[in-house]
Amino acid sequence: MKYMLLICGDETAAEHANDGCGGWTEEMVARGVLCGGEGLRPPMEATTLRVRDGELLLSDGPFAETKEQIGGYSLIQCADLDEAVEIASKHPAATYGTIEIRPLWQPPHA
Amino acid sequence: MTVQAAVAAAFRNEWGQVVATLIRITGDWDLAEECAQDAFTLALRRWPTDGVPRKPGAWLTTVARNRATDRLRRDAVGAAKLREAAAMTYDPDPDVTDEVPDDRLRLMFTCCHPALALESQVALTLRTLAGLTTAEIARAFLVAEPAMSKRLTRAKQKIRNAGIPYRVPPAHLLPERTPAVLGVLFLLFNEGYSATAGADLLRHALSAEAIRLARVLVALMPDEPEATGLLALMLLHDARRATRVDDDGDLVLLADQDRTRWDTEEITEGVAQLDGALRRGQPGPYQVQAAIAACHATATDPADTDWPQIAALYGSLVRMTPTPVVALNRAVAVGMAHGPAAGLALVTVLRESGQLAGYHLLAATEADLLRRLGSTEEAVAAYREALALAGTDSERRFLRRRLTDIE
Repeated sequence: MKYMLLICGDETAAEHANDGCGGWTEEMVARGVLCGGEGLRPPMEATTLRVRDGELLLSDGPFAETKEQIGGYSLIQCADLDEAVEIASKHPAATYGTIEIRPLWQPPHA
Repeated sequence: MTVQAAVAAAFRNEWGQVVATLIRITGDWDLAEECAQDAFTLALRRWPTDGVPRKPGAWLTTVARNRATDRLRRDAVGAAKLREAAAMTYDPDPDVTDEVPDDRLRLMFTCCHPALALESQVALTLRTLAGLTTAEIARAFLVAEPAMSKRLTRAKQKIRNAGIPYRVPPAHLLPERTPAVLGVLFLLFNEGYSATAGADLLRHALSAEAIRLARVLVALMPDEPEATGLLALMLLHDARRATRVDDDGDLVLLADQDRTRWDTEEITEGVAQLDGALRRGQPGPYQVQAAIAACHATATDPADTDWPQIAALYGSLVRMTPTPVVALNRAVAVGMAHGPAAGLALVTVLRESGQLAGYHLLAATEADLLRRLGSTEEAVAAYREALALAGTDSERRFLRRRLTDIE
């Protein structure tokens, strides 16, 4: 199973932007479960886009102003949800933010 | 036993096992339920002429399994699923297969996975393990049938698409996962047990199902004293069921219940189960609650109740599960064991903490202790507060009676 770990937090989570992942990345790479991931710059620097009737519409900021914002993501591949929970629970952001575990969309009958 | 009765008994005893096995083989929850249903339908048709098989469970599982194979063969998707199913019967984790011979335990732990909402856990347990229909579950929880159907469908979708494993968790996860299973069974029991007005028979059936599933769990997890403790607790509560409400549906206080109508067989079994659990020397909240229930159930007269023992047990329970409601119960027990002043001191601490603000039983307990202390005026005020906060008619009637008695 492939899962996206969406790492969320309120604005105080930004203080941890340069903390790194305290050995988590190395451990998960060594286990062979980490496929990728990055940290994101804050939502105030986001640009949101739509195309309607051929017209490009841009707006400044994220698509929704919410207290909790996505600050980064990791893509993992592991056996099942229990293993995904175990992997996510070891991520340092779990202790100050929230991690949403989202299974990736599987094409039908793949 | 008539054939009809044999099928009904097989349904009660084997449904969960048949569904659990079919889920393991096919990996498809809906298919498993449908094929189990088909097997029971066939039993109703065949057993009257062929006779009841010696092992009804094995017969039903075989029929359901063949049915699943036929149905999977019929469509192209099925071919892929069959290969998947063949691969699934090979379990790459030898520890798990060695420890868990029974599919029902996998099913219980999967239904009660913490990634599912509690109400979904309960509904799934009732549907897949106990075999209640969606309509029955909907009625028991006062939810419209389409809403319950949607809830069940979503839960099964999540299990499939989020990769919730169909297994009993490995040993290192059991301590955090077992309480969820016990919690769902206890909730199920209480849903049936606390049904009062209207005395919906279906809700009472929930208690019976909870006890039956707890028996299965105890048989499958003999080394888990909390499972046995939970079974004992349910039996000891259930023994008093007939006397909990009067003919008008009003709650009857423990002290006023007709003890000659308590189910002595259930009490004896509950106490025996509890003793077995306690001998393991790993006490937990269910064992302690069962021990408290046993103190009440074995007192032949309210005056014989061992209140100092009950107060001490609540002391342990407060340390294990430090919730304000447990603390309130402890205050009641202390009030009985060591006098109303001692009880009132604990209630005052609770009131000042503000944790139970708006909870009618806080005011009702306070009122009772004040009445016993002879502080009539303060007791009246507390009863009035409780009356204003009480949620059901039968509770209001009870409090009003108390109020008229002292006024």
